[in-house]
Amino acid sequence: MVEAIRFRDDDTHEEPAVSIEAFLDQSNATAVRIEAGEDARLLLPLLDRLALVEIDFPAFGDGRGYSAAQILREAGYNGELRASGDVLVDQIAYMRRCGFDAFAPDAPIDAKVMDEALGRYDEVYQATTDDRAPIWKLRHG
Amino acid sequence: MYQYDKYDQQMVDTRVAEFRDQVERRLAGNLTEDQFKPLRLMNGLYLQLHAYMLRVAIPYGTLNGKQMRMLGHIARKYDRDYGHFTTRQNIQYNWIKLEDAPDILADLASVEMHAIQTSGNCIRNISSDQYAGAAADEIADPRPWAEILRQWSSFHPEFSYLPRKFKIAVIASDEDRAAMRLHDIGIQLVHKDGELGAKFFVGGGMGRTPMIAPEIRDFVPADELISYAEACLRVYNRYGRRDNKYKARIKILVHELGKEEYTRQVEEEFAHMKTLGLNPPVEELARISEYFADPAFDTNASDDLDLSDPDFNLWVDQNTEEHKQAGYAIAVISLKPTSGIPGDASSAQIDLMADLAEQYSFDELRVTHSQNIVLPHVKKSDLYALWQKLDEAGLAPANLDLITDSIACPGLDYCSLANARSIPLAQKISERFADLGRQRELGELKLKISGCINACGHHHAGHIGILGVDRKGTENYQLLLGGSAAEDTSLAKITGPGFDEDGVIDAIETVTDLYLKERQEDERFIDTYRRVGMAAFKEAIYG
Repeated sequence: MVEAIRFRDDDTHEEPAVSIEAFLDQSNATAVRIEAGEDARLLLPLLDRLALVEIDFPAFGDGRGYSAAQILREAGYNGELRASGDVLVDQIAYMRRCGFDAFAPDAPIDAKVMDEALGRYDEVYQATTDDRAPIWKLRHG
Repeated sequence: MYQYDKYDQQMVDTRVAEFRDQVERRLAGNLTEDQFKPLRLMNGLYLQLHAYMLRVAIPYGTLNGKQMRMLGHIARKYDRDYGHFTTRQNIQYNWIKLEDAPDILADLASVEMHAIQTSGNCIRNISSDQYAGAAADEIADPRPWAEILRQWSSFHPEFSYLPRKFKIAVIASDEDRAAMRLHDIGIQLVHKDGELGAKFFVGGGMGRTPMIAPEIRDFVPADELISYAEACLRVYNRYGRRDNKYKARIKILVHELGKEEYTRQVEEEFAHMKTLGLNPPVEELARISEYFADPAFDTNASDDLDLSDPDFNLWVDQNTEEHKQAGYAIAVISLKPTSGIPGDASSAQIDLMADLAEQYSFDELRVTHSQNIVLPHVKKSDLYALWQKLDEAGLAPANLDLITDSIACPGLDYCSLANARSIPLAQKISERFADLGRQRELGELKLKISGCINACGHHHAGHIGILGVDRKGTENYQLLLGGSAAEDTSLAKITGPGFDEDGVIDAIETVTDLYLKERQEDERFIDTYRRVGMAAFKEAIYG
């Protein structure tokens, strides 16, 4: 069982994340936390300042965070994108497809089950920010 | 029809393995029911009143004989020897054991079928016109577009935890046979300057707050279809309400924002989405379209029909539709016999329909949203032989679009949400109006019954709708009039206080009697209702 999961080679960013509101007011913060329902696009003008964005999932069924993550990655954000809260093993593969590369789940996750889930599907149907080639691209080159 | 390539097959096979693993973890106690629930729902498995119910996807309602026979096999082996065809062109089985579900999915995968996303708050099975590829009035076959959308929506990582379920329908004619504008997204294929594209309607639906989808874009080119759909979905995923499950459908968002503001946000998102490389190339649409090429019609087939058998004559008149190819007809198999359960078919009937499709309809069947089965391409010279075989198996009720061709939800006999039973009421109505001459005298009359306000039986869209409610512990039925799911989409209105089971049937009779008295020339029930208005009908019912 693991409590923090990371798919990045760089060092973990230690600065605690602040709220979007606080971040926008503070010129030197480098880590921000987005609550479900907050507009990730507010961060777009300031992405190069950011090393960590944490997106909270208050319940695993609340899928707003998937769009928030995609929006940040589509805009070119390269820093750590961490899913926190009610993150379950069966959601991690989709979260990875939306650009999350770190996870801080409320309850520990079985690493073996997670690895199986992440390795399960060889191909994907859609283009997302993970840059995997969708099946239609494999068909047509 | 579409055939999986190695990629499609691999996706469904992997899904079977994944679900097998999830079921094992559940049975071993490593997943709680709360954690397991969204996973089983993404595979069409519901926990109902008495057992698990499995809903199998029939993409855009099209299947072949082999697939149909597999549906019969599943009914025989894992259920109680029957299946129930649904208003979303799917089939569901009511008596499934959890431990059998992975094997059933494996059986389905062996014939290029699945139960992916037939429930849950995700993009559901894409529905379409049941006469696609055969209708004389379509401008193109809508199914290649539906297949593009099926693949795009399957395992979509961003849109699998939406505020609520999401239903998309695609049609390609002005006549709407798929209740298109009562979907979250309704797409009508249209031509613009000689190019084929999609007109988008967003925010329709039934349920407890029925709404007709407004048009939000008159033309989306084929190579921007996916980015436009993504834009519609992203605005919904971000801003659809999550505080109240009864206000979570996209229709509420579109209604609360207003069509203009929702459209503005979608257009803004679309301008961005267009730059992301989300759309398959037009070659992909061309590749898929090849699978939907016309079968090898006999171009010398005759339109002559021997109608000397009066029962056959009635069936041809009522249950066949004009085909685009001379010498052929679209034949509709009614699953609405007197005293029957609307949409139910036994495994033997399912097998027979599979055989008949292979023999008479170029190996193709369709499921309709009004819970019947279509053989889309039948040579007119084969119709009599086909009808005889159907008749022997109890599959030839000549009641298409008549009052006994009702839609009914499973109701309190199966469903954990229902307040009242729907099936026994549908059965009793079919008995009261069993006389075919009387039904034909009443003409086209769409009767739709829901056992609760969630409206799975489409009561809002019935010429006559019935809504079952619970009144102080007894089942009570409200009568509605004036709905339509066709191109003249309208929402039915409640007549007044409800009735008990016999009372509502009496009220239907009162209403149809008034229609017969008031109708002018060849007016249908709905036309007379619209002309005369609710007051006269109310007066007749309540005095």
